[in-house]
Amino acid sequence: MSATATATTISLDPLDFLNVRSLLSDEERLVQETVRNYVRDRVTPFIGAAYEAGEPLAHLPLELGELNLLGMHLEGYGCAGASAVAYGIACMELEAGDSGVRSFCSVQGSLAMYAIWAFGSEEQKQRWLPEMAAGRAIGCFGLTEPDAGSNPAGMRTHARRDGDDWILNGSKMWITNGSVAEIAVVWARTDEGVRGFLVPAGTPGFAAPVMHGKLSLRASITSELTFDDVRLPADAVLPGVSSLRGPLSCLNEARYGIVWGAAGAARACYEAALDYSINRKQFDKPIAGFQLTQKKLSEMAVAVNTSTLLALHLGRLKDQGILRTEHVSIGKMHNVRAALEVARSARSVLGANGITLEYPVMRHANNLESVFTYEGTDEMHTLIVGQAVTGLSAFA
Amino acid sequence: MKICVLVKQVPDAAVAKRIDPSTSRLDRSGETNLNPFDTHAIEAAMQLKEGGAIAVEEVVAVTMGPENAVRALHKAVSLGADRSVHLCDDGLVGSDVAATGYALAKVLEREKPDLVLLGQQSDDGECYTIGAVVADHLQMPSLTQVIKIDVEDGNLRCERQAEYGYDTVSVQIPAVISVGDAINEPRYPSLKAIMGAKKKPLDALGSADAGIDAAMVGADGSRVSCGDFKSPPAKGSGTIIEDEDTNETVEKIVAWLDERKLI
Ligand SMILES: Cc1cc2nc3c(=O)[nH]c(=O)nc-3n(C[C@H](O)[C@H](O)[C@H](O)COP(=O)(O)OP(=O)(O)OC[C@H]3O[C@@H](n4cnc5c(N)ncnc54)[C@H](O)[C@@H]3O)c2cc1C
Repeated sequence: MSATATATTISLDPLDFLNVRSLLSDEERLVQETVRNYVRDRVTPFIGAAYEAGEPLAHLPLELGELNLLGMHLEGYGCAGASAVAYGIACMELEAGDSGVRSFCSVQGSLAMYAIWAFGSEEQKQRWLPEMAAGRAIGCFGLTEPDAGSNPAGMRTHARRDGDDWILNGSKMWITNGSVAEIAVVWARTDEGVRGFLVPAGTPGFAAPVMHGKLSLRASITSELTFDDVRLPADAVLPGVSSLRGPLSCLNEARYGIVWGAAGAARACYEAALDYSINRKQFDKPIAGFQLTQKKLSEMAVAVNTSTLLALHLGRLKDQGILRTEHVSIGKMHNVRAALEVARSARSVLGANGITLEYPVMRHANNLESVFTYEGTDEMHTLIVGQAVTGLSAFA
Repeated sequence: MKICVLVKQVPDAAVAKRIDPSTSRLDRSGETNLNPFDTHAIEAAMQLKEGGAIAVEEVVAVTMGPENAVRALHKAVSLGADRSVHLCDDGLVGSDVAATGYALAKVLEREKPDLVLLGQQSDDGECYTIGAVVADHLQMPSLTQVIKIDVEDGNLRCERQAEYGYDTVSVQIPAVISVGDAINEPRYPSLKAIMGAKKKPLDALGSADAGIDAAMVGADGSRVSCGDFKSPPAKGSGTIIEDEDTNETVEKIVAWLDERKLI
């Protein structure tokens, strides 16, 4: 065996066990360091209370805008035009803080802004994207309905032409940022297929009440959107698409960010469990010294590292332009499942403390239940991969 | 006015420091980063520039260090510096504080700054002295451990951390000022600034370009030679006093300190 086969002189970082950092460029590392420090200073100290109160962190939109993290992977219109990997890293660090924070960023950048950026007219882009990139205008994305979740083709919200105008009717549910959004991107069926509409807050007939009683993603606002004969001008429609391909391509962008984000949430839980287990003594020794705890910690380390590597691989594929939807499905399935397991296992390591908001693990565990469901449920991604490997559709 | 900020690439604060037995020097093979104190110096420069009390045309980050010290410069420009200068030469390896200060002063002579800012200490060497050495070579006044800088009639009114409280000192520019971390809260670099960092001008200089006398730098040009470096002894477990009754706890702590003649 050659002498260089293993390097015992390189120290092992329990928090980056496989040295994934060595795969990142200097620029990517600086993005990671910056967002990580931001989360340490501006999210972590406040998120427990916000979660308990069921309110988002009010300082986030403008500050994330200043850091250029909103719509950061889009080109032009005030957006940074960052690589997919840089965008992913930001999602990972934000979600290490809280899934709700990453959700805010995903919905703003990958759903609402991306829809306008990809399918909007030049005027729509000029009007909305710079304001949204700066965090001065918040956007939301309305696809899901009370009776159309996994199957968006079942949507009932519809728009019909009335002279030059459009009349929009129907309702949306589970819409992140809905009540705080200045602009809603709403998908509706029309005679011309599924089309996207830009509906400004305050448009007569449009309401966006907050949905209460969530036990997950409590630091993120979730709303209902209702449209009662909402009259919209001709230029409210996104001209670039008239089929479900529109919303689905937005979702694909956002899911990609979730693959990274879930790895971040998992890492935060693992870190908390590791730290706690080393300091907590029972039977006169740190609980980290017990084999059963070590099994949990080792499995967490494996899960966090494989998830991060998987996310990075997908990111590199995306930057090369060869990432497929099915690839993202594998990423979302694997990483969200892994993160949920890590969170639950970490919760057990923390004992009673694990159920409190003093520590991040139960909050992450609860958040991840939403992440498991939104942007395509785990089952939907299973079916996407199943169809890809068998050639047979099992959706209906 | 032109501000030069001296910056240094140092082992990352998160990496446990260790002496490399083969060289008897600090092992710098691990993760490195811009010296945290220097980020405060850059922020101080940016606040002078943005404050408007004095016109600052340019902020230039200057480093002396190996190839990978470019990362410190990239971070420095992402934090706001307009361009950077990298002094890199094999002949500089092993320079002590006096030799390093001399070499940096030679680079600064080319730049002719009106103000030189730097962090008061580096996270690795912790010498606290580079500023004074540079000032001596440049024949400029030197202030250290500064925690506040205000512009007053073209002069700089500085607060300097002292053992008890602080001193207020007015200094004429050009001057060399080293800053403490209490001076400001460095900004986060924005993503656009991070992505734009590589596009800002970076001058790479060798010793000859800067007119550095090779006999005055490097291990041979240094009068300090490193002898026997050792890692500090591992800390003992310490005494843990359980706080059951606070009055009693305080008494125990006072007794402990008293025993050791610490109070
Ligand atoms: C916190 C939160 C925020 C959200 N934010 C947004 C948002 O901003 N915008 C937006 O448009 N939506 C949003 N959603 C909605 C989310 O995308 C949907 O909840 C999701 O698509 C699932 O839809 P559903 O809840 O109606 O579940 P359903 O589709 O009713 O599914 C229920 C269960 O049945 C399973 N199932 C359904 N069909 C099949 C099948 N063919 N085979 C096997 N199993 C099946 C599902 O996998 C799931 O387990 C959000 C949801 C949450 C929880």
